[in-house]
Amino acid sequence: MKEQTIRKEILALLRANVRDYIMYIALVIIMAFFTWKTNGVFIQARNLSNLINQAGYIAVLAIGMTVILILRHIDLSVGYVAGFSGAIAGILLEQKHINVWLTILIVLLIGLAIGFYQGLLVTRLKVPAFVATLAGMFIFRGLLNISLQSTGTIIITSATFNLLSNGFVPDLPVDLGFHLLTVLVGIAAICCFVVVQVKSRRNRQKYNFQVPSPSVFILKLIGISVIIALIIGVLASYQGIPLTAIIVGVVLMIYHFMLNRTRLGRYIYGIGGNDSAAELSGVNVKAVTLFAFCSMSFLASLAGILYTSRLQSATPTAGLAFEMDAIASSYIGGVAVSGGVGRVTNTLIGALVIMSLTNGMNLLGVDISFQYVVKGIIFIIAVAFDVRTRSK
Amino acid sequence: MDDIILEMQDITKEFPGVRALDRVSFQVKRGEIHCLVGENGAGKSTLMKVLSGVYPYNSYTGSIFYNGEEQRFKGIADSEQKGIAIIYQELALIPELTVYENIFFGHEIMKGRTIDWNETIVQARDMLQKVKLDVDPSIKVKELGVGKQQLVEIAKALSKNVQLLILDEPTAALNEDDSENLLQLIRELSERGVTCIMISHKLKEITAIADTITVLRDGATICSLDCHENQVSEAEIIKHMVGREMDHIYPRRNKHEFGEVQLELKDWTVFDPKKDREILHKCSIQVRKGEIVGIQGLMGAGRTELAMSIFGNSTGYRITGGEMYLGGERRYFRNPRAAIQAGLAYVTEDRKGNGLFLIQDIQYNMSIANLESLCEGVVINENEEIKVANEFKDSMNIKASSIKQKVGNLSGGNQQKVQLAKWMFVKPKVLILDEPTRGIDVGAKYEIYTLMNQLVESGMSIIMISSELPEILGMSDRLYVMSEGTITGELNAEEANEEMIMAMAVSS
Repeated sequence: MKEQTIRKEILALLRANVRDYIMYIALVIIMAFFTWKTNGVFIQARNLSNLINQAGYIAVLAIGMTVILILRHIDLSVGYVAGFSGAIAGILLEQKHINVWLTILIVLLIGLAIGFYQGLLVTRLKVPAFVATLAGMFIFRGLLNISLQSTGTIIITSATFNLLSNGFVPDLPVDLGFHLLTVLVGIAAICCFVVVQVKSRRNRQKYNFQVPSPSVFILKLIGISVIIALIIGVLASYQGIPLTAIIVGVVLMIYHFMLNRTRLGRYIYGIGGNDSAAELSGVNVKAVTLFAFCSMSFLASLAGILYTSRLQSATPTAGLAFEMDAIASSYIGGVAVSGGVGRVTNTLIGALVIMSLTNGMNLLGVDISFQYVVKGIIFIIAVAFDVRTRSK
Repeated sequence: MDDIILEMQDITKEFPGVRALDRVSFQVKRGEIHCLVGENGAGKSTLMKVLSGVYPYNSYTGSIFYNGEEQRFKGIADSEQKGIAIIYQELALIPELTVYENIFFGHEIMKGRTIDWNETIVQARDMLQKVKLDVDPSIKVKELGVGKQQLVEIAKALSKNVQLLILDEPTAALNEDDSENLLQLIRELSERGVTCIMISHKLKEITAIADTITVLRDGATICSLDCHENQVSEAEIIKHMVGREMDHIYPRRNKHEFGEVQLELKDWTVFDPKKDREILHKCSIQVRKGEIVGIQGLMGAGRTELAMSIFGNSTGYRITGGEMYLGGERRYFRNPRAAIQAGLAYVTEDRKGNGLFLIQDIQYNMSIANLESLCEGVVINENEEIKVANEFKDSMNIKASSIKQKVGNLSGGNQQKVQLAKWMFVKPKVLILDEPTRGIDVGAKYEIYTLMNQLVESGMSIIMISSELPEILGMSDRLYVMSEGTITGELNAEEANEEMIMAMAVSS
């Protein structure tokens, strides 16, 4: 009898979030497929660390793009803004010999300025975002080429800078045969997660709200803890946590918090759902939209830094088709094509799908042209499925 | 033996968690005007969607007989082919296309493989004549007012050789003149043999026009009244709709003294750059504490424009003259946010268009205009938010499974209550209600009126914009009448009557 009610509750939970779960399952299937096809190479710690380092920039772009898409805008310029930012970083580091941290700061500020300019076009001059950022695509591609015209590709020699997308969090100075700090971080993460969950549950009980039954709650805690432990376990057996993963994690947490717990986040969803109602509810629609474009280009510059660091060079070809991966990640992650709906945590899953596809197909030696076709098909399936489940 | 064109038997339609229709049966005689009434959520629109095939066969149980044959519509195309046309509250015309293109949209007149535009225009003229609409068929639909657009919709239905015309609240957005025209047209159509089913909340027009009235309540048929056998009174319909006697449509308000002037406009003059003309000219009004001030006027008189220009002017009008005083201080608001902070609130007439966030839940919609009060630093205290939303849901008697239900799935009356809750949470000094009871049922209306009374008794000032004369007379303490952007009269509710108001509303 009791078992039945628990099963019922779990089923209800699953049904409420069926789209999310199908996405998780799809990711697992894709990963399992590549693991099988590559005789286990895909799932090895070395490859997974590589995957994160190689493609972390997609996740960063996709998180910013999610906000833009929720607002029913689009930003096509992110690829070349990232490429241009990388070029600036290369010039500042190698030609002007500016300190790494100052370089990063300057590049991020340039990103902010670019976003401000594009945001103004959209909010003040009322140029549709599609057009304003398509123009941006031209402009920043041109600027990227101009800035690297005299030098060609700039090789970056700064070890600190290159560490960003190649390095790992250093270990404590003890040798145990595994990465001790990573394990400690993992344990801390699980503890944090449990404490936060228990606290929020207590808080809700204090307000007399309905909470999941204790057994379901504990099941959920165990389930997610196991997943964290697994990921940490795999990483600890290699070199530990990639720095890129930390950067992506921080960006993700900030945006998740912003969208779910702050007024700004509420306003973003509101504007996406009904902008005139938002305006009449006292929301400064223009300011919020301007913020979204600033945040997008800021993240594009961050992505440019990560990409440049990974290649250890600034090249004129950087930025090609980044926007496609970012937009696809968001939509695969469940951002509604009609706006107003979307979660950055799910966008990260979408980005992982795209990243796994790229990495897996590279391992298999699939031709790049075919890769585009495969990604396109997966993208279409995801969005078609999304539209179907949403219309119910 | 009556000639029955349509019979629906034991129709049951369920949505997840709700039984919208519960064994509903009803019959429509050929050539009659059959009115369908009921509170919001009673199932009228759902029933019509079953009939027209929006909800296809198999998604409901029960059977539909039309012209004596059982029908199993898989979509609107099937029902249209049989001569059933439905005209929704929200018009389905394409504003950027011309009148004739709209009329024949979807069933174009062909000459070989191309559209025969000349024949189309000729036939469109013919259709327009039938609906007595004197416009050039080649102007764009967006140039027409709502009333004329409605006629174009009917012309479109006629062009498909409609036998059974369903109108879902056709007069909800129309002023008195346009409504009267439309009703007259419906009468003529029925004399020519077109059967009409009309959903409406306006009991006055129902009693004037209906041959038969069917009342639905909570998804079930309550009764069908034959209007020719004996006179059906509004009170009788209301009794069936709500299942109890309604003593007063307008609840009594305790007499109380009004306080000082809360909001005042002096010679308020507004220019609309988009229309390139002055839309408000030297409007002066005063609203005191604890007072309900009605603003009446025909559609297009400038009532909503007046409200919008006071409430932060988000439409981009230019205030070219006059002053606004709030609590004795001269003010002007650059955006709705500033207006809200100063103590104004505006419940829009178009709750789906610019009032509510339909894809969001009740909780979201209630808190959005006053998140500041729920914030600790930058973080929203969601538990507190849920508590507040639940309190409003209970105190305003909002019918929903929980505050997590999407507002788009609520009935009109409940949506309106959510809008009101949102603005009550802001605790404004002056509450502007724009058509607060448009398209909602008698029961919910009564609740909203009662709420308005409580609010003014607690010292709030209310400006109520309404097209419905009885409502303005029943609820206001004092009222202004507008016509063509100016205030043409001010009346005390006790001395005013419908004729006086109408006379002012058409003067200029």
